[in-house]
Amino acid sequence: MNQIVIWTIVILAGLGLLLAVVLYLVALKFKVEEDPRIEQIEKTLPGANCGGCGYAGCHAFADSAVKASDLSAHFCPVGGNEVMKKVSEILGYAMVEKAPQVAVVRCNGSCAVRPVVNIYDGEKSCRVKAALYSGDTGCPFGCLGCGDCVNACEFGALSMNPETGLPVLDESKCVACGKCVKACPKKLIELRPKGPRGMREAVLCRNEDKGPVAKKACANACIGCGICVKTCTHDAITLENNIAYIDPAKCKLCRECEAMCPTGAIHGVNFPKELDKAAVKERIAKRKEVSNE
Amino acid sequence: MAYIVSPNPHIHAKVSTKSLMLDVIIALCPAVIVSFLFYGLGEIAIMAVSVASCVVLEWAITKYLMKKPATTGDLSAIVTGILLAMNLPPTCPLWVVFIGAVVAIAVAKMSFGGVGQNIWNPALVGRVFLLVSFPTFMTDWTVPAGFISNVDAFSGATLLGQVSILGALEADKLVSLQTLFYNIGGSAGEISALALLAGWVYLLVRKVIKPWITLSIFATVALVACIFHMADPASYTGPLFNLLTGGVILGACFMATDYVTSPMSNWGGVIYGIGIGFIVMMIRYFGSYPEGMSFAILLMNTAVPLINIKFHQRKYGRK
Amino acid sequence: MSKITFAIGGVHPDDAKLSRNCAIEVLPLPQTMYVSMAQHLGAPAKPIVAVGDKVKTGQVIAEPGGFISAFVHSPASGTVKSIGPRKDLAGNPVTHIEIAVEGDEWVEGVDLSDTLVTEIPEERQAILDKIKACGVVGLGGATFPTHVKLNPAPGSVAECLILNGAECEPYLTSDFRIMLERTKEIVVGAAIMQKVLGGCRTVIGIEENKPEAIEAMRKAVAELPYKIEVLPLKKKYPQGGEKQLIQAVMHREVGSGGLPISVGAVVQNVATSLAVYEAVQKNKPLITNTLTVTGNCLPVEKQHNYLFRIGIPLSYIAEYAGGVPEGAAKLISGGPMMGRAIANLDAATVKGSSSILYLSEASTKRGQESLCIRCGRCTDACPMGLEPYLLNRLYKAGDVAALEANAAQDCIECGCCLYSCPAYIPLLDRVRQAKGMAMAAIRARAAAAKAAAEAKK
Repeated sequence: MNQIVIWTIVILAGLGLLLAVVLYLVALKFKVEEDPRIEQIEKTLPGANCGGCGYAGCHAFADSAVKASDLSAHFCPVGGNEVMKKVSEILGYAMVEKAPQVAVVRCNGSCAVRPVVNIYDGEKSCRVKAALYSGDTGCPFGCLGCGDCVNACEFGALSMNPETGLPVLDESKCVACGKCVKACPKKLIELRPKGPRGMREAVLCRNEDKGPVAKKACANACIGCGICVKTCTHDAITLENNIAYIDPAKCKLCRECEAMCPTGAIHGVNFPKELDKAAVKERIAKRKEVSNE
Repeated sequence: MAYIVSPNPHIHAKVSTKSLMLDVIIALCPAVIVSFLFYGLGEIAIMAVSVASCVVLEWAITKYLMKKPATTGDLSAIVTGILLAMNLPPTCPLWVVFIGAVVAIAVAKMSFGGVGQNIWNPALVGRVFLLVSFPTFMTDWTVPAGFISNVDAFSGATLLGQVSILGALEADKLVSLQTLFYNIGGSAGEISALALLAGWVYLLVRKVIKPWITLSIFATVALVACIFHMADPASYTGPLFNLLTGGVILGACFMATDYVTSPMSNWGGVIYGIGIGFIVMMIRYFGSYPEGMSFAILLMNTAVPLINIKFHQRKYGRK
Repeated sequence: MSKITFAIGGVHPDDAKLSRNCAIEVLPLPQTMYVSMAQHLGAPAKPIVAVGDKVKTGQVIAEPGGFISAFVHSPASGTVKSIGPRKDLAGNPVTHIEIAVEGDEWVEGVDLSDTLVTEIPEERQAILDKIKACGVVGLGGATFPTHVKLNPAPGSVAECLILNGAECEPYLTSDFRIMLERTKEIVVGAAIMQKVLGGCRTVIGIEENKPEAIEAMRKAVAELPYKIEVLPLKKKYPQGGEKQLIQAVMHREVGSGGLPISVGAVVQNVATSLAVYEAVQKNKPLITNTLTVTGNCLPVEKQHNYLFRIGIPLSYIAEYAGGVPEGAAKLISGGPMMGRAIANLDAATVKGSSSILYLSEASTKRGQESLCIRCGRCTDACPMGLEPYLLNRLYKAGDVAALEANAAQDCIECGCCLYSCPAYIPLLDRVRQAKGMAMAAIRARAAAAKAAAEAKK
């Protein structure tokens, strides 16, 4: 009886030992050499695997960053400068700082200002809708309102406003990963610098039609009149294909273009005070008088 | 004036989930009416409780648990209710019927996400649950008083049950032309082969279902019975006996052909039918239960995802 | 009863040929016409006229923008008013040439008489050149340039020319009317194409719900000195699909991604045949086509078949026919199964325009989407043998490799799956997207393989 117990224990212990040795040898043989920095970087990254950096996920980003010679092609938009600082410390590369960005939906043709001429009755998807026709309104460039961007956002930063029929951005949740940019078939969404204290100006329209056509389709459309271009003293606004564009790098946030825009296509956000259009217009008029003299 | 814009096609066949379910209900009517005639008010009460509980449960679950628009409008809960009642003995207590409905709807159907999502036929899951939990109620084949007198009826055991009592040779003699019209004893819905087949033909004519699953079950049952019967008639009952007794016709025509739990392709359906026919015969000949149609269908339901992976429609230009 | 039809799937919608007894009427010219530069498959045409130029009817106003492209001709005489973007029927801007109509003065060399010319020119290349110069494109829906299709790549042999007179789409009757009224011209057109293709077997396939057309065509074929068969086909949608018609007539199947010529088939619509006749025998460019104004909310006496000049706005035709009817909820250009919903009625007609179809809300509004009950009706209906329910699921999962393995790229967008779905799942809407994803994957792979092969060199 005792013998059986002893033998059992001996055989089991021996078997365990043998297998442990085999396992150790196998592990030694098939060991994958990976740069330990990859794991280190991966740990500092947010781990959302959103692909906003342009790589397949956080691991792919870390792997590629370790192999790169500098950090110019690697930036994690979700983690921002804070995380990139840690990454650059790990790798010993110079830090490439980037201004934090945010998604901007460049359409302000809400239901109220954009008369509906068609009723859509298909799959609720902007992609399907865009492949079929120009949209429910006379504007072939505007938001289709099916919310592909909302579905694409993994951070819950976008939602549809049923009243305006346009997507609304929750800035605090947006990490500028750029998924919505890719999802929008009308290419309405742009990643723009967040701006000082979040203040920024943008033309919220992509309508390339000529003024009267655009105006007929949507009261808030950019009609390509060029007033903003003439108003801007910082050379920040360009007009191409009947559509104005504000270069965020040059914009000094003076809000003069916004005050002068006849259709209200230019929008400023996060400014502490509401825009006093009359006062700004007066200021511009005075400045002109001075320069004329 | 704003007009509708949508991708093609712009017209639709006059068919909806509701219209299909309505056709199934119409097809079940002959068999239901026959069961009412033979089993009387008790059967009507079972049917009423079963259908009502299924509908109310589905409505309540979608509304309060899933917080989605109710799906009871598609009539699928009514079909489940009718099929469950048809699969119960006519003497089944009403509270047992209710428990069966709870299992069928709450466990077998809604917990998978509702219509179209379930793996097993809900009515059969309900029935098998009751069979295992309440064997006394579920194998009590006493015949209640119906609107039509049934003096020549057996009581106490179904025809299939007679096999173990009388032996295969004697049991085989019990099947006659009359069995085709009515066959007292057994689950309520199994009473009339002819009424069930009439409903099946209606479904075929209306193009609600295709005949392949049902035919392959019949063929397999007949073939397996033929082989065994010819080898040893004293131990194994013949093909006619096996086709006409028990739940083969009800199961093959209405339970196995359930859209949700049967394969998508024609050939897949044939394989599925052969599987059901084979399993039911194995249970009948060698199992401890006299009948195994429910188990056979549920087992093959489980295999449907595999069958769907293996059997596809013939594709154009790819041989 | 003809049993000849395609082998897989298909549906049987009510054929609703309400306007079958309306003879073709000639539509008068409007004051302004808009000629689209993108009215054929392939590269858009390039305008060769300038604003202010005087043009004559039939004059070339735009030339092909690529190998697969076509000439475009002025549909009337007048002045070029503008050249620029104008919205097509989907509301998207497309370059149009606007012509202020001043009359109907034709260019020289066009035979405007009605006499039937039965002698076919001898030289093959001359015929092809004429077809190309006259801007003939396939009028069955795809608007593929005809001269390209009739000139198969070296090495491939045409064994059978199939003339598509199936007109399997419900409501449409324009092909039916031309088969009745222009029978002999169509037969001569077929004979011309037969000659170009080297004298192969030629079959005119007509669905048997058009017995008058079958009879007229048989009579014309018997009277004319060509070797052409008339083949009645069973009524089943999509009989007129190129791949389906080849399967019905030749019992052959075009491989995935292949062209009909790979199995020796060339399919042309009867309307194309008429255009070929006019181009080759009469020197007349493709500036007219036949169009049906019909619908289930339009009284029969208001239904019409029109011979229209290509470039007339749809709204002008609708007005001329008595305006958009009261109960119309959806306006469609083409048939109810494959036609395109009109988002912009001001759009100009194009070479491929075949109808203005008014459908009532009850007949066209989609039902509320519900859960798939796995009935398999989509699978039974698909003429390509695909499994739309499965593709729908894979599309939602974004599994491109599985979509390709399940042949999403083979979809012909006929609409049978959604037509037959009892749960009103927008199957085709999604499968079309899935098809795009699968095709993109295939193209990307082909491009990568090509680049790799070049790198090896």
